Amino acid sequence: MSYMNKGLKELHTLLKEGKVTSEELIKEALEKSHKLQKECNAFVTILDEAKEMPITDNILSGIPYGIKDNYSTKGILSTGSSNTFKDYVPFFTATAIKNLEKAGAVAVNKTVLDEFGMGGTGTTGHTGVVRNPWDKTKMCAGSSAGSAAAVAAGVYPYATGTDTGDSMRKPAAYCGIVGYKPTYGMISRYGMFPFASSLDHCGVLTRSVEDAAIVTDNMKGIDKNDMTTWNSENIHLLEALTGNVKGKKLCYIKELCDINNYPNASEELKEHLANFNKTLDLCTKIGMDVTEVSVDSTLLNASPSVYVVISCAEATSNMSNLTGFIFGPRGEGDSWDTSMKNYRTKGFSPLIKRRFVIGSYVLQAANKDRYFHNAQRVRRLLVDKWKELFKTYDAVILPVSTGPAKDLEGSKNILDQNESILEEHLQIGNYGGFPSITIPNGFVNNLPVGVNITGNCYDDENVLNIAYALEKEMPYKNQIAKERAYE
Amino acid sequence: MNNYKVLIGLEMHCEISETNSKVFSAAANNYSDIPNSNVRPIDMAFPGILPVVNKEAVRKALMASIILNCKQPEYIYFERKNYYYPDLPKGFQITQETKPAPVGIYGHLDYECDGEMKTVRINNLHLEEDAAATEHLPSGSLINYNRAGVPLLELVTEPDIHSADEAVAFLETMRSIYQYAGISEADSKKGQIRCDVNVSIMDKDKDETNPDNWGIKVEIKNVNSFGGVRDAINYEIKRQLELKEDGKYDEMPQQTRRWDEESGTTIFMRGKVDAIDYKYFTEPNIPKYKVKKEWLLEIEKDIPRLAHERKEEYINNYGISSYDAGVLVKEKAISDFFEETIKLGADAKSASNWITTNLLGALNKAELTISQAKMTPNHLAELIKMVKDKEISSQQAKGVFTESLNTGKSPKEIASEKGLKQITDDKEIEKVVGEVLDENPNVIEQYKNGKTNMVNYLVGQVMKKTGGKANPGLARDIMAKEIEKR
Repeated sequence: MSYMNKGLKELHTLLKEGKVTSEELIKEALEKSHKLQKECNAFVTILDEAKEMPITDNILSGIPYGIKDNYSTKGILSTGSSNTFKDYVPFFTATAIKNLEKAGAVAVNKTVLDEFGMGGTGTTGHTGVVRNPWDKTKMCAGSSAGSAAAVAAGVYPYATGTDTGDSMRKPAAYCGIVGYKPTYGMISRYGMFPFASSLDHCGVLTRSVEDAAIVTDNMKGIDKNDMTTWNSENIHLLEALTGNVKGKKLCYIKELCDINNYPNASEELKEHLANFNKTLDLCTKIGMDVTEVSVDSTLLNASPSVYVVISCAEATSNMSNLTGFIFGPRGEGDSWDTSMKNYRTKGFSPLIKRRFVIGSYVLQAANKDRYFHNAQRVRRLLVDKWKELFKTYDAVILPVSTGPAKDLEGSKNILDQNESILEEHLQIGNYGGFPSITIPNGFVNNLPVGVNITGNCYDDENVLNIAYALEKEMPYKNQIAKERAYE
Repeated sequence: MNNYKVLIGLEMHCEISETNSKVFSAAANNYSDIPNSNVRPIDMAFPGILPVVNKEAVRKALMASIILNCKQPEYIYFERKNYYYPDLPKGFQITQETKPAPVGIYGHLDYECDGEMKTVRINNLHLEEDAAATEHLPSGSLINYNRAGVPLLELVTEPDIHSADEAVAFLETMRSIYQYAGISEADSKKGQIRCDVNVSIMDKDKDETNPDNWGIKVEIKNVNSFGGVRDAINYEIKRQLELKEDGKYDEMPQQTRRWDEESGTTIFMRGKVDAIDYKYFTEPNIPKYKVKKEWLLEIEKDIPRLAHERKEEYINNYGISSYDAGVLVKEKAISDFFEETIKLGADAKSASNWITTNLLGALNKAELTISQAKMTPNHLAELIKMVKDKEISSQQAKGVFTESLNTGKSPKEIASEKGLKQITDDKEIEKVVGEVLDENPNVIEQYKNGKTNMVNYLVGQVMKKTGGKANPGLARDIMAKEIEKR
């Protein structure tokens, strides 16, 4: 009998009725963790000593879950998937994880990410490449690669993630699951290793919208240690899932969704967009108004550069604390600057170093206005444009990526210039701190693809309810990656 | 020198010592505790830490801004100043820049130098965090994170100061403001005050208000005492004048120098081209914070009486001389001691005299501050009352004062221990006078023969017999009466 492929509510009922125990669930989750580790390399640490928790009225009590390895966990190795942190054991726990602990949730592993969340492939962690459980030759996307792989493979119902550009919402699409990033400041970032503070969000990967609501209801809350958190006492995500979306207004963006914009479109892309249109039809079917809107493509196409400039600038500053003196393996050298230089040179992967160089360059006095300040201006324009859309529409609905998961080998295929914004538009949700959720909406070439729904700040209940209603119309809720090896 | 004038600008850093916790950290704001005992994860920049602004530090910074007649911002923002140094574990300092506006911008302050009133324009006042303290030893360096994150106010003046004396007078005024407003102890011995000094010289006959006429700016870093500020400025003026005389001044590059206290010289650090690019950007983890008008009004109302206000009060209400009032308010602790003594019922003028002449003199000699003195305002008030009530003589009081200062015992206790009570009882003195007259018939005869000043001798004998306890005035009166009866 397998339990870890079930949803949270069902598991809670089984636990309450005594049909299964927390201990049994943990055992199953650990067994599946070890199995998946061999197949997909999804974990930095598997917590074989995980202890059962008493079953309370909290739905999460006693149920196993996974933690992305960029959340600080007291007494447990927390690496950020970086060599620079390969032996770092924090002495405090991130607030979001503490909140889950309070709910009685049981962490069973720490999942692999792209080094410090600064990648979108799941291939740059210090423990190696994470493989997609649907097809081992494919990537999971990143950076929440291990969390997405584990949830998709049915190791447990959910794992925490973080999202700076699309780090939960794209892996969710590639792995056929749900990835939800709530409004900025709803979940505390205290104790989460920062990448780019103004874009970083905590969130969750699950196999259903309902589970995403349950977990976020428990993770969120104002935190005296994070000044950007706000009081969300009156937001009850689970209760908001009525499924009634009659009269809700959605829009999608012509410049992103019209196949005619992509003269060199692959078959995959054609199929992906056709599938997206079917999803739009479902939206209409359940009573929502769906409208095509137009956004200046010059503005849209500027987005990927804006992301590079702002995220790299903040990252280079955020990671200035990595010196190897206070934590991390100390670098060799007689003076503090040589020692620090050795630690950083040896510790970071080339990709990260490239980002630091860019970040440093765009902040230099001579370049700051041209790059950093302009990027901030464009960020503001994009956010204003989206806020304008939210005056009329409840949410923007868009396809995620240009198709299903990409090959691990040869993933360096250069994207068609026109397609890069389709690949990266989810970052606009980070610019504005908007609530944004990806759910699976079908298959292309037998691999899952996803659709994203993004709404206005603080409108998480509405966004989740729309996703919930749409999910009901499709057969992908609680789907487990096809390879049955993990069952 | 006669052909030139000196322009000096100051950057004064002062730790805000009077908050419970640090500026972005919940650790206690108490640098002098056991090293590395007041440290939270943020102070050592552990991964995932976030800054949380201490509202009380902002309040105190805004109070300083109001006192300095600065403009306060509509929103509070903080900026990251990015650079590496072992005393800065985050790799950046959270501070404020002029754009967006810091806690204070474009103010001015009047101060007195050698009895003349001067004005300095304030360019800006900003709130930031201090770095950890480092100590470099031959065997390695030590870092004390107690200081990491201590709130720091940096004040930047326009180059409106023209001499070392003016610079020091301005700094003393600022120190007094910080102390009186309850913002900081402002103790340079504790490293709470640190200054950077800009010095340049220009032709005397040119218009000072036009920056084009200014000389080449030389910045001197890390001057950590007022004496150091004076010496560094005087050294730098001399150095620059010599360059002028040698015709080499215009070749001098704009530069940053370091004050070396040991040699009493300034040493070249870096030129303008090597200036550090701090890559400032707005701290994303601190949301902009609205400064409400009502809050500012409240803070303004809460500004305690400052030194110049107290001084005027002492002159006008208590008739204390301007000079003495100036001495009393120079240090807040002394002014507080004075006010406390008066509150306990002591006569203001007597209290002022005791403090300005006896107390400060003794403390100076012993190299003690008033807070280290064992004598309390209670003791002084008691002593003044004893003299007023003629319980002891002024002469005796001096001894009691010294004893109280050294031991911390109350004057009453000392007086009774030493049996210093003054005899003011007529009958008792009459008795002693009688004895003295009985023992000195010769003197009485001399007196009767016209040597009236022999009374002094007889009174002296009375004092001797009573061990100095007799009230001298009373003894004289009674002696004059009694001798006539003989």
